[in-house]
Order: sequence, then structure tokens, then C-alpha cells
Amino acid sequence: MKYILMMNTMRAGHGVPRWPQKDLQAHIAFMMNLNQGLRESGELVSAEGLSFPEQAKLVRAGKDGVPITDGVFPESKEFLAGFWIIDVDSPERAYAIAAKASAAPGPGGAPLNMPIEVRPVMNAPPPEML
Amino acid sequence: MTKPWDPTSEHLLRELAPQVLGTVARRFRDFVSAEDAVQEAMIAAFTQWPQEGIPDNPRGWLIQVASRRMTDQVRSQIARRERETAVAREVETMAPPVDIESDMDPDDTLILLFMCCHPALSSSSAIALTLRAVGGLTTTEIGNTFLVPEATMAQRISRAKQNIKASGVPFRLPSPQERAERLPSVLYVLYLIFNEGYASSVGAHLQRLDLAREAIRLTRCAKMLLPNDAEVAGLLALMLLTNARRAARTGPDEELISLTKQDRTLWDQVEISEGIELLTAALSKGSVGLYQLQAAIAAVHDEATRVEDTDWPQILALYELLKRVSPSPMVTLNHAIAAAMVHGPLKGLELLRTLDTDARLSGHYRLDAVRAHLLEMAGDYEGAIKHYRTAAGRTTSIPEQNYLTTQAARLDDKGQDKKTHAPFNQNTG
Amino acid sequence: MKYILLMSGTKTGVDTYHSWSQKDIDTHMAVLTSVAKELTESGEFVATQGLSEPAEAKVVRGEKNGMPVTDGIFPESKEFLLGYWIVDVATPERAYAVAAKISAAPGPGGVPTNMAIEVRRFAAHGQSKSE
Repeated sequence: MKYILMMNTMRAGHGVPRWPQKDLQAHIAFMMNLNQGLRESGELVSAEGLSFPEQAKLVRAGKDGVPITDGVFPESKEFLAGFWIIDVDSPERAYAIAAKASAAPGPGGAPLNMPIEVRPVMNAPPPEML
Repeated sequence: MTKPWDPTSEHLLRELAPQVLGTVARRFRDFVSAEDAVQEAMIAAFTQWPQEGIPDNPRGWLIQVASRRMTDQVRSQIARRERETAVAREVETMAPPVDIESDMDPDDTLILLFMCCHPALSSSSAIALTLRAVGGLTTTEIGNTFLVPEATMAQRISRAKQNIKASGVPFRLPSPQERAERLPSVLYVLYLIFNEGYASSVGAHLQRLDLAREAIRLTRCAKMLLPNDAEVAGLLALMLLTNARRAARTGPDEELISLTKQDRTLWDQVEISEGIELLTAALSKGSVGLYQLQAAIAAVHDEATRVEDTDWPQILALYELLKRVSPSPMVTLNHAIAAAMVHGPLKGLELLRTLDTDARLSGHYRLDAVRAHLLEMAGDYEGAIKHYRTAAGRTTSIPEQNYLTTQAARLDDKGQDKKTHAPFNQNTG
Repeated sequence: MKYILLMSGTKTGVDTYHSWSQKDIDTHMAVLTSVAKELTESGEFVATQGLSEPAEAKVVRGEKNGMPVTDGIFPESKEFLLGYWIVDVATPERAYAVAAKISAAPGPGGVPTNMAIEVRRFAAHGQSKSE
């Protein structure tokens, strides 16, 4: 079953982490190893990071379909920082992977416990293309 | 009689692809349909040959299968239009004679290269079509490489072919004048394929094709077909001299390692030797083009066994030449770094100031990244940290972002250490 | 460049959608299907996915004693992700144009939903290829 694991932690203007070098390296290495492990177990479908909220745009259809783009979001809005799509045997396995990702080490090596939203992905095939 | 399939067989099959396509396209006078037919023949070969062995005449086999597919298509088109048997008879005479080999023209691969890298196509179309028609890769392989679904990739290739058809490009070698005009596009596409393979090699995409290797292979092919062209040789040299460093570029956690910090014992000396040999021969031809210059810079780096042996004055001179031949903000950035290595960081920073008002670089992460590096060299750690972090916020590359935030953290730590060891610091007691 | 087009909504919004007539739903889906087809033909389609109801969603915050710490609360008014499109396009403007098309998909009475679609660029796994 496929699940999407969403890391919704970005806030506009918060930018890159300013931790000590070894904590930063530990965090990066942790994420690399997590992804590598999921690749090897065949559970990783994709893992993507998104660019910063400063570049995000909100788009609506304007007159005659011309896009109206707006870069202004509510102050409190949390942005999607990145996501994983995994293919696993049970929801428990999905939560376990999310828990691992959530507990990635931050400053001082302490687990960050970032909130990760876990949602089943619908299994319907993509729309029929002629 | 057949030969067993072995690890080198895939390579053989790929080499045959453009030769087969040339023959079939010429025979049926239809590049667009021939390309599809050859693709199907390739897939059939990839499926059957590992089981049944490689036929005695593999090229002939592929031509037969592709041609049969072409005539089937023509026949079904005719049936759909309900034409006369006289027309059906015409189809029979179109069937390839036994001796189709004589139809082969050694220049077919070159023709295909020029067609697929046509300036009318977008870069991504040209890359996809070249990989399939000249590289002999399957749509699935190409899709996996660029992480798009097969159906999407198939459509990109199909549209590229329709554009070629619409542009009326004939299936023949370009005239010398056309060639001079269009060779830059060919080289540019090959360069893009290499860059895609080399720069994207960070990150363990195990399913992905080794695009950098494929680009080198196709460029070797181009060099064989155009043995006297200095820029083709220059491009091949550049690829080899760059690829030689691949093993040293990333660390155990896939982190980027800058050129000055790489473990040079991991550099591929065979590729370096070949690159230098090619470059020397190309430069002796007199004209100095863009790829040769870039290759020359790569060669100077690669020739230094230890980073402290790098001949920076040579590199600086080459960037000054490159600035005259092909000025661009990126060249200026690299020139500033070289100037800093020869004349000190303040000189480099002075050169960067000319870029502050360049609209092409506004908001671009590299300006901040280079400035940070030079400020660090100059001892301005606070300034360097600030610019490393700005650069990290602006790049869309994860490995680069990681690299830049790590540099900022490294300097920040240094500063913190200084603070905690400062005498009479009330905070530490 | 790859972009993700995010469609969000609230529980109230979703309930409203479920109360559309079947005909309105079918018309809406037909427009989205034709957008998907157009994107495949142009060679820009990467993926599209609808996500299941938030009732099945969980938020995980770390581990305690080796077990995930989960929480299934989704307030009525909180916005959640309904689905997304991933496209591979040549320019940001093209990504916005695709988002606008999706946003213009009709609702009840044929009126465009005018849904706000957040457009975000993917970070690259490799280095920048600007040179």
C-alpha cells in the first residue's frame, strides 16, 4: 500500500538551519541513511524536497484562464518542506518509517520530533490517456 | 548459428541502433516511422537475444525486423484506406532485398546526430531523441533516467520527431556550411547529456543509466566521424578530464567535496591521460574554441598531483582568454576565484563587484557562494557565514544546500571556539 | 524543472464537493482528465494523485520506547492536502499556466472553482547545471 509522508515544517523566512557543523552533518547523514535503507528494502517510491516558501506561488485562474499568481501567504501558514512516497505492507510500517524520519537528530543531537503527516495514497490508476 | 549473450552484448546492440535506423530510414524515406520501427526491433532484440543467443548477422536481423514492421504499417494503412491490389503489389516491391547491407552508409550515424540535435528542437527533446535514435536506449531507460513516466517520455520523443518532419530536414549529410552552423548544437546537446549524468550522479539513483558514460560514448562516436574537428576533440577531452574526478566528488554520506579538498588518489589517471592527449592534439590545430579552453582549465587542475601544486597562474590566464572568447557571468565568477588564488582574495572580491549589478545573476546562489568563499579567504568570517547562508537559501540543489550550510556551520563553530577561549570572558568564567 | 501543484481544502470544502450533483462531478473530472491527457501529449506529465480522506490521516511525532507517537486529530477548519500534480516543464510560467487550467475546472453550474493552487518547485537531487 502506498503512503505519502509529508513534512510540513517550513515557515516563510525561516531559512536554513544554523546548527553546529557536527549536528548538521549528523542530520544530513541520518536522512541519507534513512533514504538509502528505504531504497534497499524496496519501500521507497520517491523522496523529494521542495524549494523554500519564498519561491512558492499561489495560482488561481483569472479571466480567460490567464493565471493570477500571488506570493503572499498567511503569516501562520506552514509549508510543505518535502515528502516521501513509500510502498509498504501495513499502516504500522508506514508510521514506523514516519517516526524514524520525525526523530531525525537536530541541535545537540536531540531528536527533532517534527510532525509528519501520514496519508494513504489512493490506488486508483491515473486518468486514462488515449 | 548464434553467439551467447554476455555483458558486452548490450553495448554491441546500442552501437548497431543508429546504423540500422540509417538504413531503414533511407530505404523507406521516412525517418519518423523508421525510428519507431527500429525502437521496436531493439526491444525485441533485448527480449529475445539473451534467451536465444545473438544471431550471426545481428545488424541484418534488426534491419529485417524493423523493415517488416514498416511494411506491416504501410499495409495496414492501405487496408484502412481500402486501396486496390495494385497498390498492395507496390508494397511487395518495397520489401527490402536480401542484400540490404549495401544500403548502409557509414555516415548514417553522423546524419542522425545532426538531425536529432537540430537547433529547432528544445534541449530536452533533443536529448531524449538523441539518446534513443543515436544512443539506442529504450524509452523506459530514458524515462527512468529523467524520472518521468514512460508515456511522457515517449510523447516527448514523438513530438521531437514531428518537429523534425515539419522542419523538412532531409535525411542526408549537412553541407559544409550547414555543418559549421549546426555542429555547435550537436556539441551542446552532448555536453548537456554529460552534465546531466555527471552533476546528477550525486544521490543514489540505482536504476539510472550512467548518462555521463553514454555522453562520452556518443562524443567518441562523433569524433570518429569528424576526426579533424578540434572542438569535438575538445569536448571529449573536457568530458574525460571532468569524469576522471567522479569518484572523489562525493563523500560517504553523498556530501559534495570541493575540488580543492578532493582525495586525488581517487582520480582516474587513464581518463586524465587520454584527455590531455586529445587536448594537446586539438590545440595544435591552431583555432581555440570554447570546449578546448574549458578542457585546458580542467587539464591544469587534473595535472596537479596535490592541490598545492595547482598552476593557478595558468588557470587565471585561461580564464582571461575564456572571458574574451565567451564572456558570461559564470566565467567571471570562476575568473574571480582564479584571480584570488594568484593575487589574493581582495582582488577576487574586487572582480565580483562588477557582477553585483548584472541582472543575469540577481538572486543567483553562486554569486553569494563565491563571495562567501573569498570572504573566508580574506578572514572575514562573519561576512562569509552570512553569504554562505544566503547562498544556501537560494540554491535549489539539495547537495549544494547541504554543502553551503555546512561551510557556514564550520565557520560559525570556529567563531564560537574563539569566543569560548577568549581571555576574561565573563560567560565562561 | 519539476514542480508540484498542491490542492488543499478544508473538511467543510470537501463536504460541499460531495454534495455536488453527479453530473457536476463528472464534468469536473472530465476537465481534469483532459488536462492530464494534454500534459502527457506535451511530454510534461509526471504524476497526479488524489489523497484519501483525512479521517485516515495520522500525524507522527517521533518515537517513544521504539513506538511511533501518533495523533489523528484534524480540526474541522484545518486545511489539508487533497491531492497534487507533478509536472516537468521548461519555465515557471508554464507551471503557473497549468495550475490556472486546473483552478479553472468547473464546479456546480459550470462556474470555475477558482481553487487556489500552491505551486512549488522541486529541489534537485543533483548539482545545479547552470554552467
